[in-house]
Amino acid sequence: MPRHLIDIQDFTQEEIAALIARSEDIIARPQDYQDSAARQKLATLFFEPSTRTRLSFEAAMLDLGGSILGFASQDSSSATKGESVADTIRTVQCYADIIAMRHPKEGAPLVAARHATVPIINAGDGGQNHPTQTLTDLLTLHREFGQLHGLTIGLCGDLKFGRTVHSLIAAMARYPGVHFVLVSPKELVAPDYVIDVIKRHGATYEECRTMDAVMPKLDALYMTRVQRERFFNEADYVRLKDSFILTPDKLKHAKPNMIVMHPLPRVNEVSVLVDALACAKYFDQVRYGKFIRMALILKLLGRDAA
Amino acid sequence: MNLDFIDNGIVLNHIQAGRAMQIVEALKLHELESTVAILKNVKSTRMGKKDLIKIDEMIDFDVDALGFIDPGITVTIIKHGKIAEKKYLTPPRTLTNIIRCKNPRCITSTEQEINQIFSLAQPEPPVYRCQYCQAAYTNGK
Repeated sequence: MPRHLIDIQDFTQEEIAALIARSEDIIARPQDYQDSAARQKLATLFFEPSTRTRLSFEAAMLDLGGSILGFASQDSSSATKGESVADTIRTVQCYADIIAMRHPKEGAPLVAARHATVPIINAGDGGQNHPTQTLTDLLTLHREFGQLHGLTIGLCGDLKFGRTVHSLIAAMARYPGVHFVLVSPKELVAPDYVIDVIKRHGATYEECRTMDAVMPKLDALYMTRVQRERFFNEADYVRLKDSFILTPDKLKHAKPNMIVMHPLPRVNEVSVLVDALACAKYFDQVRYGKFIRMALILKLLGRDAA
Repeated sequence: MNLDFIDNGIVLNHIQAGRAMQIVEALKLHELESTVAILKNVKSTRMGKKDLIKIDEMIDFDVDALGFIDPGITVTIIKHGKIAEKKYLTPPRTLTNIIRCKNPRCITSTEQEINQIFSLAQPEPPVYRCQYCQAAYTNGK
């Protein structure tokens, strides 16, 4: 049975630590990995649009000496003809050694994994999970703070449909001493199953409606976009999309070493004026995303001992 | 049928009052040829009032479905006029094709042939979550 990554909780803390360590080694010695996945093929099946995640997966595989194939939208696959996820996977695994898949429906990568003979990586499913973004976030936090335990993390914006938020909470709740500050309008609060995860792991959390009062206590502020595609009607989207905008002024009361993270793309929730500040780490996240995906591909191909 | 006497059959006792018809539907008891007695709002010392179902036939039924609808039910198997076995239900750990996920964002909403699998997330009161999308369900919701 191949190993998959569907939910960040599929990996233990030890496995995540090993991926972070491998990423650090790849960053330090990229030339040592240029043939690590030679003659292996990665299929990127993106039933939903993406810039960073798909390109990051493809760049990761190319930098490992492997090859890539796939599609970048549902329109260019047989899904438009009504082909099931299971049949798509049965087909693609005839051509590829590992598959990264993004799908608008929640649970689609799990369905894929149940029919797959090659590793499946969830590259985002509906509003639920985005575990490789979380690995990127964990690498970023680890590089900035040298640890993952004991951090206070503010999550701001769309906490209801934000899959990156759900995966990050699920991952960080397992580390001792982590405190979450959940900042969102009441229409976009984190779902109860996410709160259950925090409670189950003994982490602590607080919910609030504005970021100003909580800013001084944060080690990291994770901003998210209020996503148009997660709403059933335009009126709700328009009413809520500008609820939380981060400006340099709001960062005046932040800790000196606090960092601002964002899974990108942003619309206007992080002012471009923040980009020039030392605390802005979202483009570093993009860069780290390729390295952690390289480490992940090696692990799932069984080449992590290289 | 004598309501007090079953020679070979099953008695479902201690059903929460008002849930008998849900059980009839789930176990498809209305499709049976044999006698099925449905008693509603029976006085009960323990429960105040309860529903009760007597089936005058030995049938195979889905224990998980019954445990999901009402884990407090006592199942009594009668053979040759005597109690052969008494089963006390617990909420099943997983439900397969007993309830359907109502989340329109779930993959099961578009791919109908996928098994509808729910896992017990919380025992008391029982809360189940769709394995695909984590949507929560309790009996009746």
